[in-house]
Amino acid sequence: MSDRPGISVLDRPNSYIGRTVERPNARRLVQGRGAFVDDMKLPRMVHLAFCRSPYAHAEVVSIDKAEAEALPGVIRVVTMEDLKDIMTPWVGVLDHLKGIKSAEQWPLANGKVHWQGEPVAAVVATSRAIAEDAADLVMVEYNELPPVTDMMTALDPETPVIHKELGDNLCFERNVDEGDVDKAFAEAAFVAEETMRFNRHTGVTMEPRAIICDYNPADEVLTLHMAVQCPHMSKNLYAKHLGLDENKVRVICKDVGGSFGIKIHTYSDEMAAGAITVLLGRPVKFVADRLESFVTDIHARDHVVKARMAFNAEGEITALDMDDVTGIGPYSVYPRTSGIEANQVVNLTGGPYKHRNYRCRARVVFLNKNVMCQYRGVGHPIAVAIAEHLIDRGAVALGLDPVEIRHRNFIPDDAYPYTAPSGAIYERQSHHQCLDKLVEMMDYKGLRAEQAALREKGIYRGIGFVSLVEVTNPSPAFYGVGGARIASQDGCTIRLDPTGGITCITGVTEQGQGTETIVAQIAASAVGVSMDNVRVITGDTDVVPYGGGTWASRGAGIGGEAALQAGKELRKNILKVAATILQSDPEALDIRDGAIIDADTGTERMPLSELGRIAYFRGDTLPHDVQPELVVTRHFVSRGFPFVFTNAAHACHVEVDIETGMVKLLKYWVVEDCGTVINPLLVEEQTRGGVVQGLGPALFEECLYSDEGQLQNGSMADYLVPMAAEMPDIVVGHVETPTATSELGAKGVGEAGTAGAPGAVMNAINDALGSFNVSLADMPFTPEKVLRALGKV
Amino acid sequence: MSGGNAMEKTYPVTVIVNGTPMTALVPARLTLADFLRNEAELTGTHVGCEHGVCGACTVRVDGRTVRGCLTLAVQCDGAEVETIEGATEDGRIKDLQDAFIERNALQCGFCTPGFLMAADELLNDNPSPTREEIREHLSGNYCRCTGYQAIVEAVEMTAARRRGEAQ
Ligand code: FES
Ligand code: FES
Repeated sequence: MSDRPGISVLDRPNSYIGRTVERPNARRLVQGRGAFVDDMKLPRMVHLAFCRSPYAHAEVVSIDKAEAEALPGVIRVVTMEDLKDIMTPWVGVLDHLKGIKSAEQWPLANGKVHWQGEPVAAVVATSRAIAEDAADLVMVEYNELPPVTDMMTALDPETPVIHKELGDNLCFERNVDEGDVDKAFAEAAFVAEETMRFNRHTGVTMEPRAIICDYNPADEVLTLHMAVQCPHMSKNLYAKHLGLDENKVRVICKDVGGSFGIKIHTYSDEMAAGAITVLLGRPVKFVADRLESFVTDIHARDHVVKARMAFNAEGEITALDMDDVTGIGPYSVYPRTSGIEANQVVNLTGGPYKHRNYRCRARVVFLNKNVMCQYRGVGHPIAVAIAEHLIDRGAVALGLDPVEIRHRNFIPDDAYPYTAPSGAIYERQSHHQCLDKLVEMMDYKGLRAEQAALREKGIYRGIGFVSLVEVTNPSPAFYGVGGARIASQDGCTIRLDPTGGITCITGVTEQGQGTETIVAQIAASAVGVSMDNVRVITGDTDVVPYGGGTWASRGAGIGGEAALQAGKELRKNILKVAATILQSDPEALDIRDGAIIDADTGTERMPLSELGRIAYFRGDTLPHDVQPELVVTRHFVSRGFPFVFTNAAHACHVEVDIETGMVKLLKYWVVEDCGTVINPLLVEEQTRGGVVQGLGPALFEECLYSDEGQLQNGSMADYLVPMAAEMPDIVVGHVETPTATSELGAKGVGEAGTAGAPGAVMNAINDALGSFNVSLADMPFTPEKVLRALGKV
Repeated sequence: MSGGNAMEKTYPVTVIVNGTPMTALVPARLTLADFLRNEAELTGTHVGCEHGVCGACTVRVDGRTVRGCLTLAVQCDGAEVETIEGATEDGRIKDLQDAFIERNALQCGFCTPGFLMAADELLNDNPSPTREEIREHLSGNYCRCTGYQAIVEAVEMTAARRRGEAQ
């Protein structure tokens, strides 16, 4: 076999690792032959629409469903009274987030509504149009209550408490105080200080949330066709709260039109659909329309952070001190909680740097707005922007270049593994290398010269940098230890088919990031077959190994390693059978391009199809003690470190029009280190997509609420997302520091772009406007805010 | 929205869908996108916003692209409608589809049929678009996954290849 010392399976001849290959699932999507949930129809299927609360906070006095139920085509109007006996409520807390609290949440309003958009009644009808018509006919009488909509006053004694039983509006608080922060500030040569705002925004997946719930009362099986990131998690939750046998709940997830953390949470309307199929014994479809998406898909961020950073005269950071308030919705979202983001901010702010004095208080408060929870980058964009803004302020004050001040502060290369004052542990990071490479790629000197020359002509260009760390490949430390049944391990089954091809069945899921492709690349390389002979199956809990799915950038690092180990083991098993048939020694054989070969000479001995034929159909010709095992399953859980951190350096180049306040994105550069690169093109495109998802909220995207808790821009016409014309070209470079926690060495990459972009564009804008002595730190940076900072409006 | 209630008045329409006439009784409010998805069972036309902004529902009616969610099925009586399925079968956009795959200009693929229809129109109208013109033309289509650059490059690449310039 070719696993001789020194030759890793990754370097085998014909390895697909590190190569750009075509995505096997792309062809059906470009032909309009994908299988998204809403494309599916089942016999006797009915449709669901919801009557939702128009108020942010109110008592439900009465619900009159007579008129709605009288509409032809309406099957039933369901309220919480109808579901109480078949469902249990849920509470979004985790044991390891000490002190986190939330209230019981039900699928439909249980006497009170807590945000505008909360479902109050569900209409079941023969078509969606009828269900929507009837939803308008459900008459609900409300008694309005004062809404809590300002996170900065949510904890004040005079503010009403949203859930009386909780005692106050505090969901979660965490404090860290390491080293001697006060002393460091007292002795500082310079202190940078800022209050920063991180706007509430949302995912706007192009495919809205969609689910078909199909309960068969005869065999008590519940089948859920859903657009979801974590099929096994959903399986558990529906079984648990509907009182069903978990083994009889099946989740099937085919094509998903974007997720980004939206399709990973428990939503009232989707849980209601599950309850209603049990109630009716027929399939129920719910597809959110775009207006519903804006008021129900989880919102993201919404932080106000007061932060200060102390520097010595050499530009070294000596301390960081901050206070973060996050405004979530009326509930902590189940089961991942709305406390994780603040926890990440505490863990990660200033992550690349070597200072030892760190104090942070993070408080998460309930509001009568839509729920806030984990969205692509979870906490990272905030953590990155805070430290990167302050370090730039230090650079300006101390007369240092932003690149130089970062180099002076990075954790030294020889200090790894390194434990940050927040407790985060880094295996190994490549901050210096990434920043060096970035500076070279972008022609930094040239850009600075151009900036100076254009400034003379009244053109204001700016360059903004960020360096960052990112959590990937999570171990059970993320959720499992907190009591949530969210798997951090994942599995892969690989089968040699009689044709000589292989089928890989994996617990990780595909949302367009390319999971199926990288699993195929790894499996093909490990077994020794060509990519054309690999099929990958994902997303069906009746079929795939138990696994966590897609979250926290784990697909490649965790799912990929499981595929690698399964593939290696299958190769061994195949070679054992081959050695018997060929009367050779397994050690003397190998598999290359779908054939058994002599390991030394490369001479073909037998195609795998022939081995498959003999093993599956002519077992009679094999010796009695040889039983071919041509299916192998392997699992992988990351151990040794709670998380495997990646790192990256970003730079953003902008031009600010000081007359209109418009920010034009000129170009963007990223150098990322996600360990072993399995498919360079996929890494680059994940990075580009991620960057744009960070640029959007920094410049345009914002869920604007009135003081009454009404979302004021909840349509695609009013909520601005990045469009092709305004986005820059993004150049991506790689540094590879494989993790030693797995043989594959891959870390995640899906979120790093989003983590860095808001800070980079903020720093670029402030760099452009440096001569005006302004500091913009209130996202999004709309033209109006830019002009206000310049004193022009 | 699709399907009216049992009392709702319906109108007979004949729409030529990808070359084949299709007759149906439809309520006045039924959109072309829902007609295609639910009546013709061509689910490649996607619905992302239902209010004319995202471009996922882009199809061709009598040779020009329209928003399927803003067009009513009854308006298309007698019209030639082409969807992504039809354009695929026609073979006209094969090179564009191949370029999208090669360049990984799709991730989840939900926006992709709309982008392909829009890009097809651009390349017919302008065989040599600049990157800016491509970005401008495609600004009526939203993509949340790719960040657009790969899409722009796939279109640029296809245009160059059609002009016989190797790329
Ligand atoms: S669905 Fe028609 S434009 Fe969005
Ligand atoms: S590829 Fe997902 S929206 Fe464009």
